[in-house]
Formats: sequence, C-alpha cells, structure tokens
Amino acid sequence: MAAIFPKSSDIILKVLGAVIGLGAVSTIGAYVYFSYPTVIDTGYQPEQPVAYSHKLHAGQLGLNCFYCHYTVYRGAYAAIPGTEICMGCHQKVKDKSPRLEMVRQSYETGEAIPWKKIHVLPDYVYFNHRAHVTAGVSCVSCHGRIDQMVEVRQEKPLNMAMCLECHRDPAPNVRPAELVTQLDWVPDRDPREIGREIVAQKHLNPPTNCSGCHR
Amino acid sequence: MSLVQIKGVGATNAASEPAAPEYWRSLDQLADTPEFQQWVHREFPDDAVAVLDGASRRSMLKIMAASFGLAGLAACRRPELRMAPQARGREDYVPGSPYNYTSAFALGGHAAGLVVQTYEGRPSKIEGNPDHPSSLGAATALAQASVLGVYDPDRSKMVMEGGKESTWEKFEAALKTLSLGDGSGLRFLSGTVISPTLESQRAEALKKFPKAKWVEYESIARDNERAGAMLAFGQAVDVHPQFDKAKVILSLDFDFLGNDWPTPLATKLFSKNRHVDSEEDLEKISRLYVVESQFSLTGANAEHRLRMRGADVQQFAADLAGALNAAPSGNDRRAKFLAAVAADLKAAGKEALVVAGPRQPAVVHALAHQINQALGAAGETVTFTKPATTDRVESGVDALKTLTGEMTGGQVSTLIILGANPAYTAPADLQFGAALAKVANSIHLGAENDETAAAAKWHLPEAHFLEAWGDARSIDGVAAIQQPMIEPIFGGKSAIEVMALVLDSKDKKGYDLVKSFWTSQWPAAGQDNTWKKALNDGIVAGTKSAEVKPAVDSKRIQAAPVAAASGIEVGFLPSATTWDGRFANNAWMQEAPDPITKLVWGNVVLVSPAMARERNLKDGDMVALTRGNLKLEAAVMTQPGHAANAVSIALGYGRPRSGTVGTDVGFNAGLIRTSDGFWFGQGFSMAPTGAKHILANTQEHGSMEEPQLLASIKPHHRPLVRETTIEEYKKNAKIIEEMNEVPELDSIYPQRTWEGLQWGMAIDLGACTGCNACVVACQAENNVPVVGKDQVLRGREMHWIRMDRYYVGSVDDPRAVEQPIPCMQCENAPCENVCPVQATTHSPEGLNDMAYNRCVGTRYCANNCPYKVRHFNFLDWHKNFLERRRIEPELMSMVYNPDVTVRMRGIMEKCTYCVQRIQEARISTKTDGRKEFTGEGVLTACQQTCPADAIAFGNINDPNSKVAKLKKQERNYAMLAELDVRPRTTYLGRLRNPNPDLEAS
Amino acid sequence: MSSVVQDPQLLELNPPLVQGTGDLHDLTDQISSVVEAQVFETPLKYWITLACTASIVLLLGAMLTYLVNTGIGVWGNNRPVGWAWDITNFVFWIGIGHAGTLISAILFLFRQKWRTSINRSAEAMTLFAVMCAGIFPLFHTGRPWRAFYWLFPIPNTDLNLWQNFRSPLIWDVFAVSTYFTVSLLFWFTGLVPDLATLRDRATTKVRQVVFGLLSLGWRGSARHWRHYEQAYLILAGISTPLVLSVHSVVSFDFATSVIPGWHTTIFPPYFVAGAIFSGFACVMTLLLIARWTLNLQNLITIKHLDNMNKIILVTGSIVGYAYCTEFFIAWYSGSIYERFTFLNRAFGPYWWAAWSMYTCNVFIPQLYWFRKMRTNLWVMFIISITTNIGMWFERFVIIATSLTRDFLPSSWGYFSPTWVDICTFIGTIGLFLTMFLLFARFLPMIAISEVKGVASHEKHAFAGQEGKVSHR
Repeated sequence: MAAIFPKSSDIILKVLGAVIGLGAVSTIGAYVYFSYPTVIDTGYQPEQPVAYSHKLHAGQLGLNCFYCHYTVYRGAYAAIPGTEICMGCHQKVKDKSPRLEMVRQSYETGEAIPWKKIHVLPDYVYFNHRAHVTAGVSCVSCHGRIDQMVEVRQEKPLNMAMCLECHRDPAPNVRPAELVTQLDWVPDRDPREIGREIVAQKHLNPPTNCSGCHR
Repeated sequence: MSLVQIKGVGATNAASEPAAPEYWRSLDQLADTPEFQQWVHREFPDDAVAVLDGASRRSMLKIMAASFGLAGLAACRRPELRMAPQARGREDYVPGSPYNYTSAFALGGHAAGLVVQTYEGRPSKIEGNPDHPSSLGAATALAQASVLGVYDPDRSKMVMEGGKESTWEKFEAALKTLSLGDGSGLRFLSGTVISPTLESQRAEALKKFPKAKWVEYESIARDNERAGAMLAFGQAVDVHPQFDKAKVILSLDFDFLGNDWPTPLATKLFSKNRHVDSEEDLEKISRLYVVESQFSLTGANAEHRLRMRGADVQQFAADLAGALNAAPSGNDRRAKFLAAVAADLKAAGKEALVVAGPRQPAVVHALAHQINQALGAAGETVTFTKPATTDRVESGVDALKTLTGEMTGGQVSTLIILGANPAYTAPADLQFGAALAKVANSIHLGAENDETAAAAKWHLPEAHFLEAWGDARSIDGVAAIQQPMIEPIFGGKSAIEVMALVLDSKDKKGYDLVKSFWTSQWPAAGQDNTWKKALNDGIVAGTKSAEVKPAVDSKRIQAAPVAAASGIEVGFLPSATTWDGRFANNAWMQEAPDPITKLVWGNVVLVSPAMARERNLKDGDMVALTRGNLKLEAAVMTQPGHAANAVSIALGYGRPRSGTVGTDVGFNAGLIRTSDGFWFGQGFSMAPTGAKHILANTQEHGSMEEPQLLASIKPHHRPLVRETTIEEYKKNAKIIEEMNEVPELDSIYPQRTWEGLQWGMAIDLGACTGCNACVVACQAENNVPVVGKDQVLRGREMHWIRMDRYYVGSVDDPRAVEQPIPCMQCENAPCENVCPVQATTHSPEGLNDMAYNRCVGTRYCANNCPYKVRHFNFLDWHKNFLERRRIEPELMSMVYNPDVTVRMRGIMEKCTYCVQRIQEARISTKTDGRKEFTGEGVLTACQQTCPADAIAFGNINDPNSKVAKLKKQERNYAMLAELDVRPRTTYLGRLRNPNPDLEAS
Repeated sequence: MSSVVQDPQLLELNPPLVQGTGDLHDLTDQISSVVEAQVFETPLKYWITLACTASIVLLLGAMLTYLVNTGIGVWGNNRPVGWAWDITNFVFWIGIGHAGTLISAILFLFRQKWRTSINRSAEAMTLFAVMCAGIFPLFHTGRPWRAFYWLFPIPNTDLNLWQNFRSPLIWDVFAVSTYFTVSLLFWFTGLVPDLATLRDRATTKVRQVVFGLLSLGWRGSARHWRHYEQAYLILAGISTPLVLSVHSVVSFDFATSVIPGWHTTIFPPYFVAGAIFSGFACVMTLLLIARWTLNLQNLITIKHLDNMNKIILVTGSIVGYAYCTEFFIAWYSGSIYERFTFLNRAFGPYWWAAWSMYTCNVFIPQLYWFRKMRTNLWVMFIISITTNIGMWFERFVIIATSLTRDFLPSSWGYFSPTWVDICTFIGTIGLFLTMFLLFARFLPMIAISEVKGVASHEKHAFAGQEGKVSHR
C-alpha cells in the first residue's frame, strides 16, 4: 500500500517533538524566572512627589542617613522624616525654590507629603532596622549606594534567599556599628575578617528558623 | 492577604488595594438586596444570626463572581504603596512601636485599672494595671474585649432628635430653651456612678436644682450588698472579703470567681493560696463551700457544693447562724452539709469567711455579717471601709420604680439618662418605655442607638471610655484617671461633658473637667506633678477610703419568711459574655464560650437533668415560661448540677435593638423579670412549645468518661485533667503522675538534646478557675478571627487557647474541672513531619513555628495533632466578619496587632507562645548594650492577663525560672505522655481540700 | 479452519477464551467496527449517555471553581475532621486504578491468557481513575494556587526552601505521578499495533494521518514485534511493583500518624488488597456494561468473569481478615484510645457506615464460593456495585470517623457532607465515565493483536483434540 507520510516526515516529526519539548521547558523556566522578586522588584524607581535627591543630600552634602531617618536605632522602622525635618534647613536654604513648594505647603497645612514606597516587604515579614543596625549591618547591604542615587531605586531583590544568605553567614555584611551609615566605607583589610571578629565579639547568631522573621 | 495589615511606617501606611477587591466589594453590596436577605432567612429560619452568616452569603457571591475570577489577575501588578509621615510629628516619636497608657474600666459599680497598648494612636490591646488595687496586673475577659467596641461601626454616630438626625449644636440650643427652674420636673437617671468628677457634678446639679432627683439604676449592681451592710451595721460601709486570708470560705450564692465580681481582684485573692510551691503551701489551700442554684464558676471551683433554689439560700443562712450555737439535726444532704459547714466554720474561727452574693436580698448579707462577727472573722477575713461618697442618691430597682411612677404621673418634664439603657434593662412590670414616652424632654446619652434611644426625644452618642477623659473609683475608694487613647471616632461625648452642658451650658473638654476637679482636691503646690504621677501610675495617691470596724446589731436582722416553693423559680444571671447586654454587639464576647455551658452566640434556660428527664426536654427544645401576663419563649439546655425545681437564664441577650452582631441573639430574659422577682422570679410554669432552636456549643462531650458503647464493656476514664486531694497527695506525691502509666518510650531516632534558651509553659490546674480572660486576651493579641454562629455549629471556631470543661461525678450533682489548652509545642511534634511544605518547623528554642505564608492548607498537621489545637481558615474569616458588620477594612483593621500576621483564607494557624513578644524582648535586650538574651521578662498574652496567675512561661533550662521550678514538682504531668510527643506545655495536677465528713457521704 | 468439531465435555471443563467463528479477520472486523463506525452508526443511546456524563463533568468544573473561589469551608470539613470526602475519594479512585495494572502487568507476567480480552479496558480505567484521584490532593488544599507548585520539588532560588521529604504527602506526589506515567506508557505501548491496524484499515485521509501519527510508523515487521514484546515485558516488570507500592504509600498517609484508627502497621497490605478488590469490582461493572452494549459476549466470556470473581472473593476475604486483625490489635494494644476508636467505629455515631462496609466488602462476596453465583451475570453485576460502595465506605470509615473522636473528648465532633462535597464526588464519577465512553468509542477497547494470538493458539489446541477424538 502507498505510504501515508513522505520519507522526510520522520525527521520533521523528530524536530517538531524537540521544538515543542524545548518550548514547553523554556516557557516554564521563563515563568519561574520572571516571577522572582530578583527580577520584578529590583530596579523599581517610581517618581516621587518631591524631587528629592539623595545623591545631593547624602552624597555631596554628606548628610548622615541617621539625620533624617532618625528612628532606625530605636524602632523597627527607619521612619520617613516628617516635613519639619526638611524645613529645619529649608526655612533658610533655598526657602524660595519652587521645587520645594509642596514641602512648604505641607509644613503650613500639616498635610503629609505622599511619598511613594520603594523598599516593600510583605505583610508577613517582620524586619527590624534597630536589630540590624545595632548589630552592624550597613544600610548599603540592603539599600545599595543610596548616596549615589538622584532618585532612589530598589537595588537588591530583598527576597528570602537574600535574607537567609546573610543570616546563615553574617560576617561579610557586618561592620563596626559606627560605620553603618558610611555607605562608601572601604575596609583596610578583608571585610570578612572584620565581620567575623564583630560576630564573635557581639556573639551575633541571627535566626534561620521561621519565627525569626515570620509571626 | 485579604486585609492589608497596617504596619506603622510613618503615621499611616494603608496600601492602596489593587482593582480586584473593589470589584468584589461591589458584588457584595449586590448581595444585600431584600430578596437575598429573604433567601438567607429561608436558609436558616430559626437562626437570626445566620442572617449575618458569611458562608451561605459568600457562596452566592462567589458563584456570581466565579466568572469574574480573572479580574483577580489585576493583583499581579505591583501595587503602588504610599507613605504619609507626620508633617509635624511628636518629638521622639517612633512609628511602629507600641505606646502604653494607663486608664480605667468601670463595670457594675466596680472599677479596674488598665494599661492600654496603642499603635499610632490606635488602642489595640488591654492589660491590667499592676499598680491598681482591683487589677493587680490582670484584666477580665470583658475588659479585654472592650477595646473592640472602639471600632464598632454600629455605635451611635449621630445626635438624634425624635428619630431624625440632628447635631450637637442643635441640641445645645434646645438645652438652653429648657426652663429647669428649681428642678422640680428634672430627673437624672444613670448607672452606678463611681466617677468622682461626675459625683461632684451631681452634687453641683442637686445644689443648683434642689428639687431635682438623681436615680441610679443598673441591671446588675451592688445595691443588695449596700442595703445588707446598712441593715447589719446601721451605717453604709463597703465590704471587702479577704479571700486570701480565709481558710474556710462559704459562699451564699456568690459567684465571686465569675459574674458577680467584674474585676480580677477576687480571683487574684482567692487563687493566692491555691499555689503550691512547697510542703507548707499544702496547709494554705483554703476550703470553699458554695450554696447556689445555678452551676456557677465558683461552684465549679468549690470543694463542696449544695444545690438549692435561690430563694432557699436565705433560710440556709438563717439555719447556719443558728447552727453555730446548736448543732443541727436531720439526716438529709442539706442537714449534713449544714452541720459540716457549721463545724468547719467554727473550727476555722477568725480564719473563716462567709460571703453573700449580690443576687441575694439584704437580709442574707446581714446574716453573713452576723455570722462573720460571731466567728470573729469580721475585721480579719473581711474588712470594711467608709463609702467614698455619701451623697443622697436613690439607687436600685425600687428607686427606678418610684421614678417610672413619677414619669407616668407626669411629674417629670425633663429626664436626662446618662449612659444607661433602662428601656431594655428595666424590669418588665415597670413599662419603662411607655413611661418614657410621657416625658416631654427625654435626653438619652448612650453608646448605641438602642432601645432607650428609640424611645427618647433626644439621643446623644456617648464616647467610648477609651475615647474620653474620666475617672473611676474602685470599691476600696482608690481613684484612677480614665485616659483616652484616641479622639472620638464618631464624635461622641462623655457623661461629664454632657453634664457640663447641662450645668452651665458650656461645651467643656473632658480633660479640663477631670483635671480641674482633681487639682481642686490637691494643694496648689506641685499639682502638675501629682497629676502627672496619677496618669503615670494609673491611680490617684491618697484616695483610699478609711477602714472602719462597724458592729453588727443582731436585733435588726430577722430572716423574712421564705416564699413557699410554688411552681418553678427562674433565676436571672449576669451574662459572662454580654454582662447586662451592653456587650451584646461585641463579637469577641459573643464567641467567647460561657465558662460552664460552653455556649456561644446566645443564652438558654438552664434546667436540671432531673427536670429535663421528668418533662422529657432535649437541649434546644423551646419552652414557654409564663406567669400571669409574663411570657418568655426560650430554648432549654440541661445543666448538670443545677438546682432541681428551679431554672436559670442569663440576662443581656435578645436585644431588640442593638448592632448587626448583637440584635436578636438569644432570648430576652428581661421579658419575665419583674421588680418583685428581680433576681429570682417565683411561681413560673414551663411548657414546651414544640419548636426547636439550634444551640451553638463549642464542646459536645462534657466528660472524661467515654460514652457507653457496649453494655458489656466498661468505659474508660481518660487521665487528661488530673486532680487529687491533699491527703492523698501527702500520702503519695507521685499519685498524679501514676494516674497514667506510660510505657518505656524509646525512639529509633536519637533524641535531640535541647540546650540553652528553651521555652516551656506550665499551667497550674489547681489555681486556674476557668474564667475566659486568657481566651479573649489571646484573641486580641493574635488577631484571632471571629467566625459566627453558623461556623461554630460546623466546629470551626478559631480560639488559639481554649478552655476545656469536664464534669466529674453524677450527672445530677457533679463537680467540674477546667483546663486551658494552648498549643503544646511538642518536642517531637507530630504536626511537623507531616507538613509537605515545611510550613511548620521547630525553632532551636523549642517553639513549634508557623510560617503562615508557606502553608498550602493540607490540614494534615491538624489531623495529626493529638490535642487538636490547630485551627484552619476554612473561609476568609476576617472578610466575613467585616462583611457581616458592613465595615470598611480600614476601620476594622485598626484593632489588629500589627506585630502578628493577619492570616488569610486556606491556611492553618495556632498558638506560638506569642512569639512576637519573644522576638521584641530579644531584640530590645540585645540592642540595649548587646546583653545575652536569657528569656526574662517575656509574658505570653494569656499568662499576663491570667487573674489566677495559673500560667507560668519561660526558659525551662534556667533552674531559677518559675516555670522550671513548677515543672520539677511531682504534680507536674504531660497530657498524653505515652505518645512520646514531649509537650512543652505541661499541667500541674489540681489539689483539692475536701471536708472528710462530707467526702464520705 | 472454521469447521472444528469440538468435544462438549472438554468445552465444559475448559471453555475457550474466545468464542464465535474464531476467524481472525472477523475478530478484527468486530473490534474495529466500533471505532470505524460513522457517527449515525453508533447507537443513539451511546451519544445520550455521553451527553449526560459530559454534563456531569461540567458540574465538577463548577464545583471546583466555587471551591477555589470561596474556600474549603464550602465542604463539610471541620475541626477535628480535617480530611473527609476529599481524601476518601482520592484513596477510593486510586484503589480503583489498581486492577488495571494488576490485570495487565502481573497477569501478563504469569502468562494468564484470559487477561487478553479485558486488559486494554482495565488499563484505560486505571488511567482515568488516577486522573479522578489526582484532582483531590490538589484541590483539598486551602491554597491550591500555591500547592500546585510548592508540592513539587522545583528548585527555587527565591525562597531557598525545599519540600519536607519526611511528609507522606510528598511521597504521594511521587507515587501517584509515577504510577500515572508508567500506566500511560504501558497502555499506549499495547495500543500501537492496534492503532497500526486501524491505520491500515482507514478509509479516510484524516483517520490515516491521525492513526498514522499515533502508531509511530508501526509496520508489524518481525523486528518491530521483537522490540514491542521486549518493551511490553519491561513495562510490565516496572509496573508490577507499582501495584504494591502506590497504595502502600497512600496508606502511609495514615499509618505514619499518631491518631488511633490511623496509626496501624497492617495498612499497606490491607490497602493493596482492598485496592485490587475494588479495582476488579469496577472493571467488572464496566465490562458487563460494555459486554451488553457492544455485544462482546464472544470475547468477554463467562470464563473471564468467573476468574475475576474468584479474585474478588479472595481479596474480599483478605480485607475481611484485615478488619478482624484491626479489632484484635486494638484490644491487644491495651491502649484505651485504640480500643475506644474501634468500638466507636462499630457502635458509635457512624455505626451505619462501618456496618455497610462490613456487609458489602466481607459478607456479600462470600456468595462467590458457589459457581452458580460466580457465573450469574446479574449477581456479579450487583456485587460489583455493592463492593465499590463498600470500599468507598471503608475509606470514609478509616479517614473520617477515626478523626471525629480521638484523644481529647473536648474536641470531639461530627462530620456531615455539604451539597458541594456530594456534587464534587459525583462530578469525578462523571469525568471517569466520560473518559471511558470516549475511549470505548474511539480506540480499540480490546487488544486485537493479543486476542488474535489467543484465538489462533486455541484453534490449534482444539485441532489437536479433534485428532484425538477421531482416534477414539
């Protein structure tokens, strides 16, 4: 009887199978990959209501992070500074600048400036700035070189893998507590060594069990 | 997460929800059409609460919504969150950290000092104030739950005039037009006033309007106690039983461990010498006799309990007074009991104590005083103080009767009702509602737009006590300033602010009123510091009343002849959950199981098993209680140990006009409550109507005996709650342990060793009285959801710590034991190895952690939990709860504890020893100078609020910690030890001190 | 060849497995005709039945949507009964599946010729049953949208978390997916020669192409046959242990727990026996229906059914023995909780479930001691139904009633299903039937090649007898 398929169909079928197989695998792979915070969250850089430049303030003027985010040593949250902190300087400096209109308004009316939130942890994660900063974990470890950003963007994925990595071996990320806000700190020797010493001296043992961060 | 939990970044941080939820909400509204409500009614005809039912309603919704499922995809987009820092913040204010303030909670003539925890100015948790004499660090279930009331959207929001919305300005204008003159037509009606500021305003008012009258009436008050003291001593004194000093206590229908004492004080004192830490302590354990009709919590904790009608208690008291001199004759149980008690009291002498309950008439109180004096106990185990205020006020039901008389008689032109709801709480025969209609200008200040508000001309929204300045005096006179935590959400005013309007028609702020009153009491020097100190300590120094030593004048006391037992006696009880009805709209309380009946979302007519047998009544049968034109149809429930020819029903239910939670829940006992039968109505007849009512009970099987399945096989007694007598314990200290023989336990795996900081808990069943404080405390601390009656019926209640109650002994006259059951935090946790996704794992400190967001909800862990302490979110409880009460999440979520995840639908949850508190404590110790964290100073919510101090928690590896010491005791045992799950929560066997003479009989 | 005189006595002792004219071409025609029939040629009742079952599948879809949208609360599950109809149905369907593998694999290895007529449909049944079963482990979770990928060990660099490989539920995931894969391969391998037959008989281009693709270029050369035989043998070898392993693993869900009534070491053999028991009953039901509706009397003979009934009798008795053992152990254990659980099982609030299980699984099958019963179509049909009911109850009794009353009387409860529970179960039955109907219509329900093999073999056997007869 006559053959139903031409000779070539053998190859075609095999190729087809291969293509479909690979296609499926890569689609799943892509889905999994792109759904990671590493990919979807890092680089988030919304436009803020006030064009505040960390590069200018923290970088060039060299304001200490702690000057505005003054609650990091005391509370779980590194609070966003209230308008009065801005006005502390800007009543004198650039007190006419149109770019600060909203700030002045807010100071008059008491209406808060609606800053956009960039570094967001899920509701079920309980991160405590106080604990980390006093342990000697620098701002830069999670927020990157804010002092070089005109507009703040999310540098790190802030996902669980990232937390665990450091909690399993904190040494690379701890430094003398007084240096945590020095984002451009360059240690004179291997930071791991310094880290290990501090870990030993403060006997840091960051939790790696669930209730360390989830309650 | 269905609810965006407010974490205090900046002042507020309400994340803007993605589009999808909006969609749902609009769909939900769609479901509130009349047709739909009717449909729900058809679904649950005899169950009003089911109107609020989530499941049936949501089912409709979701069917409709199923096709819109894709709309949820919008949530995939990263939602844009905003942060709103305070433009002008408080100096040194740390967002997200709790701030605590002292305050005071007044109920039924008692006051308890509180410490209220606030986040971003939102009260979220209530604890007792350790410095306050009536709290001593503990808080009752009602006090704990009162915080939910702040966010109750059903609270009165509007000034109402004749049922129409009005404003405060209009009211003030109208007030000015009233010509009060000398006040001959002016009457004030309030609850028991214990606020010094209000008292001063009252004095002022009665001075300004000499012909005016001020009447105090509360459904549940201390009037009989006062009258009794007056009768016995001829002068007004406050009575302070010192339960901790007494070795033998007789309670004449006094549920001081339960509903009859609305502060933790009595339990604190009573449980003091039930803690056994050493041999000597065994001698301390007091012996408690209880004489009562219903089975009260105090009865459950009694060594010996005698059931009798409430009306017969008077005769018993009289007989006892006689029996002290001449040994009584007779051979029935009552006579034996009487003889034993008399002998025991006499033997105890000045260490004896006889107390009478507020439901008993004055003469019983007087007799109690007489007996105490005869025993020499007066001044020893019971002390007396002069009442802080001796103003002339008419109080009690008789005063109310006179008032209603005047109202119907038309002598009253202006009636000002301050924070009371007489239209609901007044006895039926007074027809208060009708009388109120006759008053030209009736002004009602109330928290709810309730029964009275409906009948009054003016209704004014009252501020919640956590919203308004005020003060309150505890029974020993010590005053506490009631601080507000938040501005009135719905623009209410407090009683003192309204009084200020009435007195000098000025809108004064509560703060000024309270402060100016108190500063006027103090020397000019250092007033501010005294004020600050008062706020800081939560008590005003130097306000304690002076002690007096009054003498009983026996001649004045004769027991009135007891009404002959005609028909059935109906006893009216304060509700452990809604009190007199004012907490009816509080969902936490509605779902807190009654300590004895374990009933939720309703009340019942409690009948004795004998009566149920005779009349062939099953639980849930509807009966009609009738006398003359009084009639109440209610469901019955068999109450083991209830007096034979009497029934009892709790007040505070069947509110015709409350909020979406409390309206028409249960049955309104007020319908058959009269001014003559105010506490015990005689001569009622009871007949089944044939109808049935569904009762939601959280515990179906009430005994540790297995049910009889085969006549030939004897059911086993399960050694879960273990107790013994002091005598037995002295003979053999191991007796508790030996109640369950545990085989040699060896695992094929090497046992893990637990070094360093290891958490553990020990619960002393000897001290625990079974009040619900821990249950509600846990609910508040851990954002435990409310599920509603229909879901409780399906066995889905969520309380992380539950109070198990078992009856011991005969059905007709049993004892009861209570056992709090939190998660046991097993070392070999059976739940952990079966979880496929490692959502529950063990922490190095021995905690059985839950990672809620990892849970996929297979429920395998719950199945495999021998203690059944894991609770599953079968539905989106929080959303249900909000929908029922038509609350926007923003309002409701204000009560949540931001340190605890709000669990979503489809995941498992359970007690974690308040791990959030542990972590906070760890972080603060380690950040303050990097000290090593040894686990000191961590209190779990249940432990902190326990009025009996029955719960010990801490590091079991620290030999000095209390928990480690307790666990060393012989009476310490692990439930179901034979399973080798090694629970970290262990129990201390209960030691009872029965009277050998009665034990024999 | 068709004129073979057959000895009545011999037939009586050892009836042929394939009856009828025995012409191999007729066989092919008969089986293929079902598949090749035009739409209108297929009896109308078939299409009506299909329509009914298909609509039930829609019901299943609706129920699952509702479930996922609203939450497990739409079922009757509660505390303490965390698992009820969901897992009951899961175990039930998995059990059904076992007969297929047993018949096709084990009987094949034991060279049981009589399996040939039934193995194909039995295998298909296995597949469909496992599909139905698979629905429940996924949808009984509170958050299926997470479960469907957190239950599988997909490496995730995001959380740095793995599954808990100590959890029997994870073992289930592997056991069931392996079982499905192997069964699918086994079934398809067996199909290939028949698909080729259909291809060659195909009259339309479409059929040619479709069957051409499916038959993977089978030409029936000796080389093909040799590879085929080897592959088939190997697959049979692989799936044989699965018959034992899968349900053993399923039984671990309960055996490894601490709950009295679950914590029982005899579960693995007990479950396997039960599975085969219920599986055979289900095959029986389906075969009888197929036999009537598609007139396959000559291929599915009384002898096949008789043999199956014998197996049902044996496995049923094993199950009965297991019940007795449970009670003995409960008494012997001395644990008051164990004792109570089993007393409660038989005399507690769920006595009716327990006793319908004992009756259907143990007492009724005893009828099969009598040949008359084993060969009576009506009897075997009814018993096959009751057996399935009984086996469903067995799972319910073990899973739900053990949970209702465990250690602490304070947390005892009662389970009663909601309409969603019921409709979901009915829905899976609908899915099962639909799949089977489609299979019966569009694929050769009986392994043509194998049946031919048997038929021809028998012919020769009888030819030999003919010789003897003539000598006599």
